[in-house]
Amino acid sequence: MDTGDSVVQLDKVRKQYGSFVAVHEADFSIGRGEFFAMLGPSGCGKTTTLKMIAGFEEPTSGRILLEGEDVSDVPPHKRNVNTVFQQYALFPHMSVFDNVAFGPRSKKLNDTEVNRRVREMLDVVRLGDFASRRPAQLSGGQQQRVALARALVNYPSALLLDEPLAALDLKLREAMQIELKRIQREVGITFVFVTHDQGEALTMSDRIAVMSEGRVEQVGAPFDIYSRPESLFVAGFIGSANLLPGTIASTDGGSTRVDLAGGAQVVVPAGNSADNVSLSSGTRVTVMIRPEQLSLGGATGLSIDVTDTVFQGATLRLVGRMSNGTEVSAVLPVDPQRVTPVPGNAVTLSWHQSAPYLLDGWPDNAGSTTTNVDNVEAAL
Amino acid sequence: MLVLAIGVVSIGAGWVSGATRLVALSVMLVSVVALVWTAFVGGLETRRALAPYGLLKPGILWLSLFFLAPLWSMFQMSLSSKQSRFDFFPDFTWEWSNYSTALTDFAPQFTRSFSYAAIATVLTLLIGYPLAYVIAFRGGKYRTILLGLVAVPFFTSYLIRTLAWQNLLADSGPVVSLLNTLRLDTPLEWLNIMDNGRLMNTPAAVIGGLTYNFLPFMILPLYVSLEKIDVRLVDAAMDLYTTATGAFRRVVLPLSLPGVFAGSLLVFIPAAGDFVNAQFLGSPSTTMVGNSIQNQFLRELNYPLASAMSFVLMAVITCSVLVYAKFMGTDDLV
Repeated sequence: MDTGDSVVQLDKVRKQYGSFVAVHEADFSIGRGEFFAMLGPSGCGKTTTLKMIAGFEEPTSGRILLEGEDVSDVPPHKRNVNTVFQQYALFPHMSVFDNVAFGPRSKKLNDTEVNRRVREMLDVVRLGDFASRRPAQLSGGQQQRVALARALVNYPSALLLDEPLAALDLKLREAMQIELKRIQREVGITFVFVTHDQGEALTMSDRIAVMSEGRVEQVGAPFDIYSRPESLFVAGFIGSANLLPGTIASTDGGSTRVDLAGGAQVVVPAGNSADNVSLSSGTRVTVMIRPEQLSLGGATGLSIDVTDTVFQGATLRLVGRMSNGTEVSAVLPVDPQRVTPVPGNAVTLSWHQSAPYLLDGWPDNAGSTTTNVDNVEAAL
Repeated sequence: MLVLAIGVVSIGAGWVSGATRLVALSVMLVSVVALVWTAFVGGLETRRALAPYGLLKPGILWLSLFFLAPLWSMFQMSLSSKQSRFDFFPDFTWEWSNYSTALTDFAPQFTRSFSYAAIATVLTLLIGYPLAYVIAFRGGKYRTILLGLVAVPFFTSYLIRTLAWQNLLADSGPVVSLLNTLRLDTPLEWLNIMDNGRLMNTPAAVIGGLTYNFLPFMILPLYVSLEKIDVRLVDAAMDLYTTATGAFRRVVLPLSLPGVFAGSLLVFIPAAGDFVNAQFLGSPSTTMVGNSIQNQFLRELNYPLASAMSFVLMAVITCSVLVYAKFMGTDDLV
C-alpha cells in the first residue's frame, strides 16, 4: 500500500494496561476509500486499536497518523474520524434529525448547511421520512442506519465501526452487509470496521487485519488471507482447515516432502508455504488442506475411517479419523449417482497436487479446525 | 366503586347521621353484593373486566377513609366559624373570611415558607447533583456503599438530627468557632448569613437545616436518572466534536432532567410545609407557615383558621408543581 495515500497509519502502536499488553506493535496503514476490517476473537485487541484511532484510548508507545498528521495526543473531539458505536449509542432524547445534526452543530455550521447535510445523509441511508422520530421508535436496522448517518454527515477522513452488525439478527445482518457496502461506495469514505465474524470480514472488506492476543497476525486481501495464511492462527481462524502436523523429509526440485504424524506422506509444491517456513529437512511443519480441496477416492491420499456424514444441501460434509486419531473433514459435492460413505466405511481422501500448503510449527490441536469444539472455542 | 367511595367519605366526614347513615350503609352493602354477584354470575369475560376494580378496591377504600374523608372534613372546617374562643365544634357557615385572614395575617409566613423551600431546593440540587453524578459514573464497585451512605441519616430520627444541628451551630459550637478562627465571620455577616456573630436562629440556619434534612430526597432520584444514562453516549458526543462540557450540557443534563424534576418535588413540597427546622433552628422572625398552622391547631385551637391555612398551602404547592411540570415538560423525556 502506498503510504502517500494512506488515511490512517499505525506506526508501531502499542497499548499496555499495567502489565497486560492489549496491543503489541500494530503497524499497518489504511488507504483512502478502503473498506478495512480488523478481525479477531474477543480480547484480541481489535476494539482497543479502534479506540486508539478514534482517540478514546491513548497508545502507550508508537504513533497514529491521520491524513499524515500525528494525532496520538489529540482528543476525540478534535479528530476528523467518527465512530459507529456498538449498540449505536444514539441520543434517546433527540429526534433522528437532531441526532444526525449533532456533529455539524458542534462544528457551529449554520442552520441551512446543517439542514442540507442532514437531509442529504438521511437520504443516503434511506431514512428521509423518519427525521422526526425518536430512536426508540425505530427498528434495530433503522437505528443502525441513523448511527451511520450521524457519523457520515461530518464527512470524516475515516469512519470507524465497532461490531456494527452484532446486534442484528442473521437475515438483517446479511442485508445490512450489502447496504453498508453500497453506502461506502456512495460516499467514498474509508471504513474501518471491527468484527469477530470472519464471514462478515471476508464478504465486505477490501483488506483484513487478522489479530490474535494483541498481535496483528496478517494484513491482506480476503483471498490472500484465505489461501495464503501466514500463521497457524490465521489458517484456523479464517474458514475451516485440516491442520496436519508433520516433519519435512526432503526438499527436491522445489517441492517438499512432508512425513505426517499419521504416517502418510504429502508432497507440497514449490511456493505453497508461508514466508516464515524454513524448508530444510527435519523442520516441524503443518500441512494445511481446506476441506473443500479434498475429494473421495484416488490411489494415494489420506486413509480415514468415516465417523460422521452431514448432508448440507449442495454439499456433503464428511468427518473421519486417520489411524493416529487425527480428525479430518471434507466437504464434497453431492452426487446422486454415487454411493455416499456411511459411518464405519474406510475411504481414501485425495487432493489436487496444488492444494497442500505449509505452515511453520505444530498446532495445539491437530486436525480439522471446525469439528473440534475446543478448537472452535479457542478461536472465538 | 364510586358509590362505595362516596359512602365511606360521607360517613367518615360525618355528613350524615341517624337514618341517613343507615341508608348510606345499606346502599354500600347492596353495591358490594351487586358487584360480587355480577362477578359470580357473569362469565370469565365479566370477571376479567371487573378484576382491575377489584384490585383497586383496597387502595380506594383506604384513601377514601383516611385521605378523602379527612380532607373533606377539613375543608368543611375551613369554612366554619367559632362562636366563642372555647367552641370546639365550630359550625359550618361558609365562612370565607378564614381564607382572607389566613392570607393577610400570615402572608410573611407563607412567603418565607416558599422562599426558604425554594432556596433549599436549589441548594440540594447544587450539592446533590455532583454527588449523584460521581456515584453514578465514577462509583464503580463502591456504588452501592456510597448510595447506602446517602441514606444513613435516615437511621436517626429527623428530630434528633435537627436537634444535633442546634449543638453544631450553637454560639460556642464548633462551626461558629471555626468560622471565627478562619476570620470568615465578617464576610458571612456581610452576606447576612451570620447575625451578630451567631448562626443559630438565623434564616441561614433554617435553610441549612432544610437543605441537610432533605438532601437524600434529591440525591436518590438524581442518582436513578443518572445511573440509567449509557456512558457511551458521552463518548458518542465527544466523537461528534463536542468537549466534555458540551457533552454534559447537551446529553447528560437533558437526560437527567426527570431526576431533577422528581428530586425538586420531593424536596420542595415537604420543605414548604416543614415546621421542625424553623422551630429548632430559627427564631420568631423565621417562622414558616408550618409553624403557624401547628400553632393555630394545637395552641390557639383555632381549627377553622388552621384548616384554611392548610388549604392555601396545598393550593399554592399544587399550582407551583403544575407550573413547574409544564415548564420541565418531563413527559417528553425518556
